[in-house]
Amino acid sequence: MADAYTGPIPKPTPETQPFWEAAKQRRLLIQRCGDCGQHYFYPRPLCPHCLSRNVAWVQASGRGRLHTFVINHRPPRNFPLPAPYVIGIVELEEGARMMTNIVGINPDPATVRCDMPVEVAFHDITTEITLPHFRPRAR
Amino acid sequence: MATDPGKMRGAVAIVGVAESDELGRLPHKSSLQLHMEATHNALADAGLTKSDVDAVFSSGRNMANDVPEYLGIRPRFIGGTQVGGCSFILHVEHAMAAIQAGLCEVALITHGESGYSRIAMPAPRWGDDSTNNQFELPYGAAGPATGYGFLATRHMHEYGTTSEQLAEVAVATRKWAALNPKAFLREPITVADVLNSRLIAWPFHLLDCCLVTDGGGAAVVTSAERARDLRQKPVYVLGTGECATHQMVSQMPSFTRWDAAVAAGERAFCMAGVRQADIDVAQFYDAFTIVPILALEALGFCKPGEGGAFVAGQRTAPGSAFPMNTNGGGLSYTHTGMYGIFTIIEAVRQLRGECGPRQVPNARTAICHGTGGVWSAAATLIVSTER
Repeated sequence: MADAYTGPIPKPTPETQPFWEAAKQRRLLIQRCGDCGQHYFYPRPLCPHCLSRNVAWVQASGRGRLHTFVINHRPPRNFPLPAPYVIGIVELEEGARMMTNIVGINPDPATVRCDMPVEVAFHDITTEITLPHFRPRAR
Repeated sequence: MATDPGKMRGAVAIVGVAESDELGRLPHKSSLQLHMEATHNALADAGLTKSDVDAVFSSGRNMANDVPEYLGIRPRFIGGTQVGGCSFILHVEHAMAAIQAGLCEVALITHGESGYSRIAMPAPRWGDDSTNNQFELPYGAAGPATGYGFLATRHMHEYGTTSEQLAEVAVATRKWAALNPKAFLREPITVADVLNSRLIAWPFHLLDCCLVTDGGGAAVVTSAERARDLRQKPVYVLGTGECATHQMVSQMPSFTRWDAAVAAGERAFCMAGVRQADIDVAQFYDAFTIVPILALEALGFCKPGEGGAFVAGQRTAPGSAFPMNTNGGGLSYTHTGMYGIFTIIEAVRQLRGECGPRQVPNARTAICHGTGGVWSAAATLIVSTER
């Protein structure tokens, strides 16, 4: 499978490695600031809200809502998902936002709606890297 | 605020502007040649020579080292701030500050980009371990066409903005292009044409998206005192503002409000001491039809959520209430990749009264506003024939 994957493959850095290792185990890790209490994503060793270094990894519920999206008809070269596909910005229950693909849904603006409930659906792309996709969930 | 922005108001003027000899699809010219042509033409417009230039501002691949080498200029002040397409608008602020501080006197702001033909251009690529390649590109994010759409979708959801309203921007802009012989696309289009053009990344159709062309542009900025003796009627810089909030669009603070533009606009209007009603002509970077709509809201020309209604009924077309993107914009005139310089060129020409059939009558005060990256940065510039 590793040889076959043709899309962009993330290469972790020291500060993002725990996120990618957890994703491989199907756990969605984000960070929470011990001083201001806010959750955030992507992984950084300093809180982007208050610049505190007192931050900790926490496991997100994996539930959230689709804040906004586009339906892309012109994929980058060799991108493996069939076009059109949904690129979403998901707002997690904890408050942090992340980009992802919304899968398991007809890629049609009549079907995909802002604020629809979604949940994480992990997708292995190589033996090392697993992407957090999201799919619709029942309310 | 530590300094009084009022001290900057009217301190410098734009005294020369020009495009490269040609715009469009130019496989016979490198990006550096496009810089050189624009610089040559802008200096001629100003009645200056390259020996007068003591500051160079540029952005992108051909940054402030390449330009002095290629042009044989030795600047004593160098500005290479790169925040994307609006960089050149923001360079006017930086040039103003440097001139006011006495660090230079004649600033050249130059842009050249072989955006379509890709002659002497770097390969655009993020490193495998960049944040982009970890947290956006794996989802098939395809550059600006996908990134800019997130605000359009959420704006539609919260405010009821429609695809038809987005299309109104493209239609009105094309009408201006029809009046500009340098515009790349000049045939009239309708709202239906926009909606029937193929989908690029919903909610954007092809005709919601800017062109991809080759070209260059340059502007010359100097002190108001020096400007008085030069060839052209000075166009004074009354107010400037800039802000940046993110690099990856997924980190954007709000998907309905363009925060960077709000901050840039507030500062520019404050410095200029003018109100929205004082603006005679607007040049708003239109990478996609949603961008000027969000700019209108961010800059206070209408309330949040009202931008779609504002542009309806061809409000921004020739002869209508709000002349916007009178050169034909990035949508129809030219879009090399970093369009910001062209907002300045057109604003100056309108204020000089040089625009022929597309001239806005009695235009005295103009606003330029641009986006950089993916809604990442914003820069605002208010200019006038009066100090």
